[in-house]
Amino acid sequence: MPTPFPKLGLRPWIVALLILILALAFVLSLTLGSVHIPPEQVLRILTGGEPDKASWADVIFKFRLPKAITAMLVGAALSVAGLQMQTLFRNPLADPFILGVSSGASLGVALVVLGAGAGGASAFITGLNVFGDLSLAFAASLGAGAVLGAVLIVSRRVQNTLTLLILGLMFGYLTNAVVSLLIYFSQPERVQAFSLWAAGSFGGVTWNQMRVFFPVIAAGLLVSYVMIKPLNALLLGDDYARSLGLNVRRARFWIILSASLLAGVSTAFCGPIWFVGVAVPHVARSLLNTADHRALLPASLLMGASFALVADVIAQSPGSQFVLPLNVVMSLFGVPIILWIILRQKQLRQSFAS
Amino acid sequence: MLTSTSLAIGYRHPIASGLNLHLRPAEMVCLIGPNGAGKSTLLRTLAGMQPPLAGTVKLGEANLHTLPPLELAKKLAIVLTGRIEAGNLSAYALVTLGRHPYTDWRGTLTPRDEEAVQRAMRLTGSDVLASRPIHELSDGERQRVMIARALAQEPRVLLLDEPTAFLDLPRRVELLQLLKRLSRETRCAILLSTHDLDLALRIADKLWLLSSHGEMHIGIPEELALNGSLARIFHSEGIEFDHASGAFKVHQPACGPLSLHGERDGVATAWTWRALERIGYQVHNNGVRQPVHVDVLDAAHWHLVTPKGQSEHTTLESLLTALQSSNT
Repeated sequence: MPTPFPKLGLRPWIVALLILILALAFVLSLTLGSVHIPPEQVLRILTGGEPDKASWADVIFKFRLPKAITAMLVGAALSVAGLQMQTLFRNPLADPFILGVSSGASLGVALVVLGAGAGGASAFITGLNVFGDLSLAFAASLGAGAVLGAVLIVSRRVQNTLTLLILGLMFGYLTNAVVSLLIYFSQPERVQAFSLWAAGSFGGVTWNQMRVFFPVIAAGLLVSYVMIKPLNALLLGDDYARSLGLNVRRARFWIILSASLLAGVSTAFCGPIWFVGVAVPHVARSLLNTADHRALLPASLLMGASFALVADVIAQSPGSQFVLPLNVVMSLFGVPIILWIILRQKQLRQSFAS
Repeated sequence: MLTSTSLAIGYRHPIASGLNLHLRPAEMVCLIGPNGAGKSTLLRTLAGMQPPLAGTVKLGEANLHTLPPLELAKKLAIVLTGRIEAGNLSAYALVTLGRHPYTDWRGTLTPRDEEAVQRAMRLTGSDVLASRPIHELSDGERQRVMIARALAQEPRVLLLDEPTAFLDLPRRVELLQLLKRLSRETRCAILLSTHDLDLALRIADKLWLLSSHGEMHIGIPEELALNGSLARIFHSEGIEFDHASGAFKVHQPACGPLSLHGERDGVATAWTWRALERIGYQVHNNGVRQPVHVDVLDAAHWHLVTPKGQSEHTTLESLLTALQSSNT
């Protein structure tokens, strides 16, 4: 009598379902906003047709389309990065920023926005319209890159993964202290500009910036895809991974590189977006009922993209002129939903019991 | 298969040195020694997880510590001590991780890989657990799955660090029997560390006895018992090993000598003997009558003679109570 052995990996119908949800969220985000554009009009605009109102094409191409693409990329990037960090550190609370990448980015931004006065470069801050400024993204990238470099150099020397985690945390505290210090000695309007960046937004990426943004995120996701097999080997801990022939130090290097690239670039262009990176991998684990990254990674990617799109739609508060801060929306609406999903199945403890 | 020459193990200072060890195919060896003697260090060194302080370890013809990790993983597998926490995985998914050294960069399982996984699970009797999540398995089931995972690597050497540590007695016997059978069926050389001396003596093909001073005694179990190596090593640890019964002496005699008379090799005599030893008597049945004397009449009648008087007993418990009260 042959024993039935289960099939591994993501079932095709789940992939199809997740893509369908993403497509719906995408259309929704193009439809809803301060002005309502009916879905069939959106479709006509996207396929190059003439909409009923000429201004709608502008709204779609100049604002909503780049914003929706950014949201999908950031949601996917942060979810995948969060999943990688949670497995690498065997810690359910790990997020994409755990190694201090976002702290580095915010230090870069803080130095530009808050410290600009010293150089007399007050032109940086033109009212509240700082988001369009490429120099801001550049400063954040520089900050994130510096931290990433430091972490990678340390990761090649450190044997123990936990040491790396503590170093990352300490570095985060250090940069936060410097940022606080800068805030303390800054003029109120600059602090306002900084906190606007810190609130997070998908709306700041222009088509021009997309030329940098998209390839970097794509590269990060590509590396993460190659790291699926090492991540699975790391599920059993470093010792077993080594006994399976895995070069743990090298695998760790590439995992950190990809996660930090994804988190760093997202932060640089959209500000620090919390919550997605911690929550989505848990939801994926809970719904798919597995720890296998061959299923978790593509699922987190698709779910993260959908989640970010929906969160952005809510932040735009359709039909009104108000725009809520993205991080506020994610936590306020996301926490109850995700708590419900995770508590419904009590797998968190089993997935991470030490 | 696995050979070490003048191997020294340890972290900075050698715990044991000059080790010339040899593991043969289809052989099951138990590594025994007190805590802190360096059993785990030895296993880690033989597994290539830790460099030797001196000497070499050879796997076949190749130096184990310079072998590329992927090559080593195809020849040597380990099962580490402690409960495994791998998150929410099915037993089958866990065992497929053992194919890591063979699969392509995406980890795709070929039919050949699936066959190896399923064979490993059948050999260990864990095929019936295939779709169960590992965190729902009992310790014994989990250990079988972990052994299946190691076998899926199709190793020629399998090293296990205290695989019986968390198991109850029936599971321990079962697991050691399983390993013995695996060594025969797969022709794999198996080395495991354990604290179960009694079981190891009965099941192992060979014992490696590591004392806390770093001396290694190697031989088949009966030989080590006969030539007194077992008794010597454990004597220095403060435990007496009884040559005749092949077990540890658990009790220190405290109540003086006692002569026992009963049917030789009788079951009632044997259990009476044990009961008397347990409460601290030094039991003799060489015919010399001691001041304290017990006659075993049958399984329900005992006759007790003490300097204070005589009595008849119908249960062992009342016999022991009478003896203990005569002592005070």
